[in-house]
Amino acid sequence: MISDSSPTLSSLDAAEVEKFSKLAAVWWDPKGKMGVLHKFNPVRLVWIKEQVCARFGLDPLLREPFKGLRFLDIGCGGGLLCEPMARLGATVVGVDPSEKNIRTAQVHAAEMELAIDYRVGKAEDLADTGEQFDVILNMEVIEHVGMPQFFVKSCCAMIKPGGLMFVATLNRTLKSFGLAIIGAEYVLGWLPKGTHNWEKFIKPEELREWLSGNGVTLKAECGVTYHPLANEWRKAKDIDVNYMVVAQKS
Amino acid sequence: MEKFDAVVLGGGLNGLATALALGGRKCRTPLNVAVVDRGDPVQLVRSQDDTRASALTYATQEMMGGLGTRDGIAPHLQPMQSIVVSDAKAGAARDTLLSFLFAEGKPPAAMIENVVLMRALLAEIAQSSTIKIFAHETVGNFNFGPGKAVVELANGQKLKADLIIGAEGRASPSRVAAGIKMDGWDYPNSAITLSVGHEMPHGGRAEEHFTEHGVFAILPLTGNRSSIVWTEPHVKAHEICGLTELEFKALLERQFGAHLGALSVLSKPQVHPLAMQLCGSFTATRLALVGDAAHVVHPLAGLGLNLGFKDVAALSDCVMAAASSGEDIGASAVLDSYNRWRRFDTFTTAMMIDGLHRLFANNDASLRLVRRAGLRFADKAGAMKAAFAKEAAGTAGSLPRLMRGLAA
Repeated sequence: MISDSSPTLSSLDAAEVEKFSKLAAVWWDPKGKMGVLHKFNPVRLVWIKEQVCARFGLDPLLREPFKGLRFLDIGCGGGLLCEPMARLGATVVGVDPSEKNIRTAQVHAAEMELAIDYRVGKAEDLADTGEQFDVILNMEVIEHVGMPQFFVKSCCAMIKPGGLMFVATLNRTLKSFGLAIIGAEYVLGWLPKGTHNWEKFIKPEELREWLSGNGVTLKAECGVTYHPLANEWRKAKDIDVNYMVVAQKS
Repeated sequence: MEKFDAVVLGGGLNGLATALALGGRKCRTPLNVAVVDRGDPVQLVRSQDDTRASALTYATQEMMGGLGTRDGIAPHLQPMQSIVVSDAKAGAARDTLLSFLFAEGKPPAAMIENVVLMRALLAEIAQSSTIKIFAHETVGNFNFGPGKAVVELANGQKLKADLIIGAEGRASPSRVAAGIKMDGWDYPNSAITLSVGHEMPHGGRAEEHFTEHGVFAILPLTGNRSSIVWTEPHVKAHEICGLTELEFKALLERQFGAHLGALSVLSKPQVHPLAMQLCGSFTATRLALVGDAAHVVHPLAGLGLNLGFKDVAALSDCVMAAASSGEDIGASAVLDSYNRWRRFDTFTTAMMIDGLHRLFANNDASLRLVRRAGLRFADKAGAMKAAFAKEAAGTAGSLPRLMRGLAA
């Protein structure tokens, strides 16, 4: 069950709003717990905008180039991707299984005066309702789900014909074991230990196969690598660790 | 309550440039910008009270192109074809210690009167449908976020925005409200500024004569005119400006020299106390500082305005990139990148200017020897001179889009 049971802002009392406002401050603090996601965000956003504008023939110089497009952000957390998409004009649905995350995202969107439809639930539940989207954002989620193949199937069902899905995840390579698990969790302490389970990382060829099995064709892929001197993530050809793909439904 | 993407506080040169760098019609994707000024910039440029002139570095001239004001200022730019630096201690002949010639290639800087520059910025703003000026208004109350910032004008009107830009100058009320501290010191001197006419053409030559109190600079303006920056101890500076016209002119002639023929005083001299001030941070929650609100430097090298314009251009880079990606333009990640970019650059420039001042503005015999030897050496050493020239042209360090002549 999804839409009807989702909390709305008006159903929260003042104390709860304050609690979630504090959580939102944590989510949205670039130096806080979610710092890695914030560092990641600019490169993801630029790529998403480029690809969506190219596919739908939109003028990237407009303030709201995504006006008229319906977006779904799966595993939206505190709304780090939903808000930029909404600012660019998209109609956005954000879904996350954690009620705490959804309420946090709602409080923050209200502070930013953005209208975003946040719902508690899983992608699979939403797919059952038959909802359809022009663009689905599936970023850093698939490596956390139990049965990725089924998850991909549900997601693909929600893409409108001709629509796009972005997937960002981690490759299952020796290098990713070294960098994403040992490096990020144990040496640098960027992520809490146990954030990722290397066995669940997805190889690009596995992803390509699961997508094409659902009528969705991989259009482009790119790696994302960290540049320590500039302290920023950049697009790269190297897809051994972090990578993103965009795929289109026929 | 009126909503904007950004509210710029202060309608001086830095404030107006900021408005154009974020919301001008040259911007690839203009934002909605409000400018709040306690006076009326439009009336201000009609009066002839401000006699200051500035040296625009090559990078700042490029920025005028990016802002859409190049045509407006072009006829009023006086390129500096050469710069002569001399030791002019009491009694000393003005020995030339260092000279730059910019005949081949582009001159590093061009002089312009501040009021002309301001007029050009205002003319371009008048063409922009996304910039609104609130004249004769002061801010009564600041509220910086967390979601949006709201400034309440003295008349009760409220303006809401994602980002507030403090460009009100030295006393910046927004900086004070955000609790950002300034560090620095006052110099014991003031600068007297005025414009003069002279019989003979200056040939684009700028002269910097160092006295024991600092600089007596003759900076070329268009036509047979020059802008004077004349530093003296505070009390003496005021005394000089209190002289009768005849006495003042006589004293000026003695300082200026006779090499350009008879002088005429074109504007009433003004006194500006000199200081060195740097802000602890360029940013706070939903607030970014630009120009004198963030830093006040000694005017001897003519770099103050260029530093401010580099703030504006760098802020524009950070904000426009964020807006293009749909990010919150007032988010701390965006402001942090601006702060990192400008703090180091401003600090090093300020220290360089202060170092020059300390080296020159005194009469200590040993320092004087070092100064002469050092500058004579610099005059001969090509690489060092090229580095000086590059700094003076404003092309040292990483340049924001606008300063590369690109649209914001």
